[in-house]
Amino acid sequence: MSTASVASHESAHDDHHDHEHHDNFVTKYIFTTDHKMIGKQFLVTGIFWALIGGFLSILFRLQLGFPDMSLEFLRPLLGGWLDEAGKLDPTFYLALVTMHGTIMVFFVLTAGLSGTFSNFLIPLQIGARDMASGFMNMLSYWFFFASGVVMFISLFIPTGPAGGGWVVYPPLSALEQAIPGSGLGMTLWLVAMTLFIASSLLGGINYITTVINLRTKGMSFSRLPLTIWAFFLTAVIGLLSFPVLVAAALLLIFDRSFGTSFYLSDIYINGEALPNTGGSPVLYQHLFWFLGHPEVYIVLLPALGITSEVIATNSRKPIFGYKAMIISMLGITILSFIVWAHHMFVSGMNPFLGSIFMFLTLIIAVPSAVKVFNYLTTLWRGNLIFTPAMLFSIGLVSFFISGGLTGIFLGNSAIDIQLHDTYFVVAHFHLVMGSASFFGLLAGVYHWFPKMFGRMMDEKLGYIHFWLTFVGVYMVFFPMHYIGIAGFPRRYYSWTNFEFANMYTDLNMFVSAAAIITFAAQFIFLFNFFYSMFRGRKASLNPWRSTTLEWTTPLHPGHGNWPGEIPAVYRWPYDYSKPGAEEDFIPQTVPLSATPESNLPHEQEQVKLEMEIMKEEEEVLVANESKH
Amino acid sequence: MYGFLIAVGVLLLLSIIWMVYRIQSLVSVVKGSNKKIATGSNKVNAILFVLFLVGTGVLMFWYSIKEFDNYELPVASEHGVVTDGLFWVTMAVTGVVFLITHVLLFIFPYKYQYKEDRKASFYPDNNKLEIIWTLVPGVVLAGLVITGWMAWSDITAPAPENAHVVEIMGSQFQWDVRYPGKDNVLGDYDYRLTSATNAHGVDFTDKNAMDDFPSPVVVIPKGEPVLFKIRARDVLHSVFAPHMRLKMDAVPGMPTRFWFVPTKTTAEMREETGNPEFEYEIACTEICGRGHFSMRKIIQVVEPEEYQKWFAEQRSFIQMNPSLAEGIPAEVKELAEN
Repeated sequence: MSTASVASHESAHDDHHDHEHHDNFVTKYIFTTDHKMIGKQFLVTGIFWALIGGFLSILFRLQLGFPDMSLEFLRPLLGGWLDEAGKLDPTFYLALVTMHGTIMVFFVLTAGLSGTFSNFLIPLQIGARDMASGFMNMLSYWFFFASGVVMFISLFIPTGPAGGGWVVYPPLSALEQAIPGSGLGMTLWLVAMTLFIASSLLGGINYITTVINLRTKGMSFSRLPLTIWAFFLTAVIGLLSFPVLVAAALLLIFDRSFGTSFYLSDIYINGEALPNTGGSPVLYQHLFWFLGHPEVYIVLLPALGITSEVIATNSRKPIFGYKAMIISMLGITILSFIVWAHHMFVSGMNPFLGSIFMFLTLIIAVPSAVKVFNYLTTLWRGNLIFTPAMLFSIGLVSFFISGGLTGIFLGNSAIDIQLHDTYFVVAHFHLVMGSASFFGLLAGVYHWFPKMFGRMMDEKLGYIHFWLTFVGVYMVFFPMHYIGIAGFPRRYYSWTNFEFANMYTDLNMFVSAAAIITFAAQFIFLFNFFYSMFRGRKASLNPWRSTTLEWTTPLHPGHGNWPGEIPAVYRWPYDYSKPGAEEDFIPQTVPLSATPESNLPHEQEQVKLEMEIMKEEEEVLVANESKH
Repeated sequence: MYGFLIAVGVLLLLSIIWMVYRIQSLVSVVKGSNKKIATGSNKVNAILFVLFLVGTGVLMFWYSIKEFDNYELPVASEHGVVTDGLFWVTMAVTGVVFLITHVLLFIFPYKYQYKEDRKASFYPDNNKLEIIWTLVPGVVLAGLVITGWMAWSDITAPAPENAHVVEIMGSQFQWDVRYPGKDNVLGDYDYRLTSATNAHGVDFTDKNAMDDFPSPVVVIPKGEPVLFKIRARDVLHSVFAPHMRLKMDAVPGMPTRFWFVPTKTTAEMREETGNPEFEYEIACTEICGRGHFSMRKIIQVVEPEEYQKWFAEQRSFIQMNPSLAEGIPAEVKELAEN
């Protein structure tokens, strides 16, 4: 029903104010079709999951950093997962690792990041009243919510949640005999992921349709903010890759429950030879990583888009190489589909395939490098204002460099032989994908908080939050490189069984302590977020003096975003510090004809065309007025 | 006790945050700094970036140098020397990029921090620059890839004919080792034949299996090619011999392999590391369940003569447990007794 009312907003543009529909609590906060509220729903749910995911990581970091410590004080929470001595059960340790990965990758960095900002920003920045389908958008959130409920329940069942690593490779994930988590826990994992994928697809279809069809007048693709480009390409990647995960999951369900042998072959377990033959566990790995690798970019691209926007705004400079940024994102999008097998160099697949994927993988480093250089050049000779969002964006670039460079080691199959599945990999992806995207999320929250809630977050708390987190993240993940080069394998409950890995108890202790401090620092953010939502300083309409469309809406935009006409767009989104202009920014809604003093030669030519279009529109408007 | 301490800690932390927050927001209202574009904090943040750069830079170099011998595992295989070389070349190349980009990333905030009287320079693009920094990484990466690819091709090439074959089978949660015996050919196996007495599921009707023998440790000769034939009995495992720079997944239903040439005996390595207890180890690097972290196997690298001697002394499965040979055709059995 709300979709209909949005449509009527568009047709009856002049008498808008009169029938501002009055939502009740349920339609406003729960089953809402307003993209802004859905974005906020994704955000708050994402924050909830981030806390859980983070807390799980603290639990296993306690085991790794302080293996002799008694966790007795956690017994009320963990119950039977602690043994008599108060130590974590090794099976539960694996479940923790698995759930931490699943929650962070999917619930926090996919739904919490892309879900929040694609929903919130796409209509606002392209000048649309709402998403193409508000109802589908609502479904998208509620599928995600349902998926979360199922995953949450799986944390509390007696056999424990799925414990085969977030990649849930069969046969481990297919056989209950192999690990208890592969029983009901794994079933719930599969159900949750299926719901999650449905949510992603519903969202993604909406994002793509909206960006293609609902751009306001003058908002050509070459005038889209880089955020929108990033969300658009992210949605395309998701739409093409998530269904493959469904396929992988479906075959796994068949193998688990219906006796097929897609992934199972020649297995003798618990004194019993299983009847399955002819399947291949490597098939699952191919299917999984066909999503799994693009997933990295699903997580990362929105963060890079947000950063581009924040860095340009707070450098008071146009983003350097707007076109190059788009081309590199396009390049990343395409290449992300043809590099998946670099996760499988030592999986036993044909080494010739390994060679091919090594070449393709290292090509994807080029557009990533271009992006970094462009960020640096944007900072160069800027006039930098360090808002918390800006700090987090600079932090993101730093993580992107640090984690990206180690990717060059891992993408090289010869070097990967030693480093595969060691802490080097853990360090690599936590920096480049985990922390970088997480910082993108935080940058986005700090930057668009005034638009979301009409109030400002506290800057000083933001600074403290940033510095604690930035230093903390490096203290957690940088040492892992040393541990990884030394050969410490991932997903180990303890390393004391091995002579080659019995040192670095001190370093692991340091990492765990740093992780606890970093996690604790997030509560500063939480306080700031919820307190500012109600008691923060009232925001001005355009607090960052930004050029993009969302800042032309009222402080508390209603459903439909602009009370009157949707503003038209006359220029690209990065006219910051333009020579000749009085202010150091010119909003996209200012016509070129209004700024003759700052127009570049080629823009001067466009002025004439622009005047003609405006005149025509004027006539149409007048004609409409007279009808009433 | 812990619970109480943690509760107190959390409470303290919260109250501190609250106080800091209230004080500073009142101060900022009094100062009217919320009206300004950039406050004094801008300068503080700019300086902190430089401090961060210097501080972490020093920490990184100090620790990397101090700990070098700890994290750089001694290498004991021929291809390991090659891949380690690639690793350090890549480290040098990426290290330079890492330093340059980070110096710029943290110096720029200091140098170009907000000043009211300055305007940022409008510098939207420069095609020449873009092309340069697309091509340069492209060329450098191509160099790295090609050297990596050559090494990879050599490592994954078929094993030499004379390679000593060792079968390593992963199961929850151990490695089982089988040698092919004098004929250097492993006997067939079928997972359905697996039993308490026949952990490998060896098919003893195959004559190649007659002289196969198990071993509690992996014994291999120094300086001669060794071929690991790797398989798994239940779930995925992965053979990881860190000093050999060797890793290969063990996959149920799909045998894999990895060949290499060990270059140092265990005794030599004991001398080199100064650790009289040193052993080469195999660990599992593919999550396989509860005991994933405890799948240890020892590799003993010995001089070739010693290896021959050890090899000749081993007793085959059948010799150890004649009942395995029940129901085997007589002519095959004869082979076993020889």
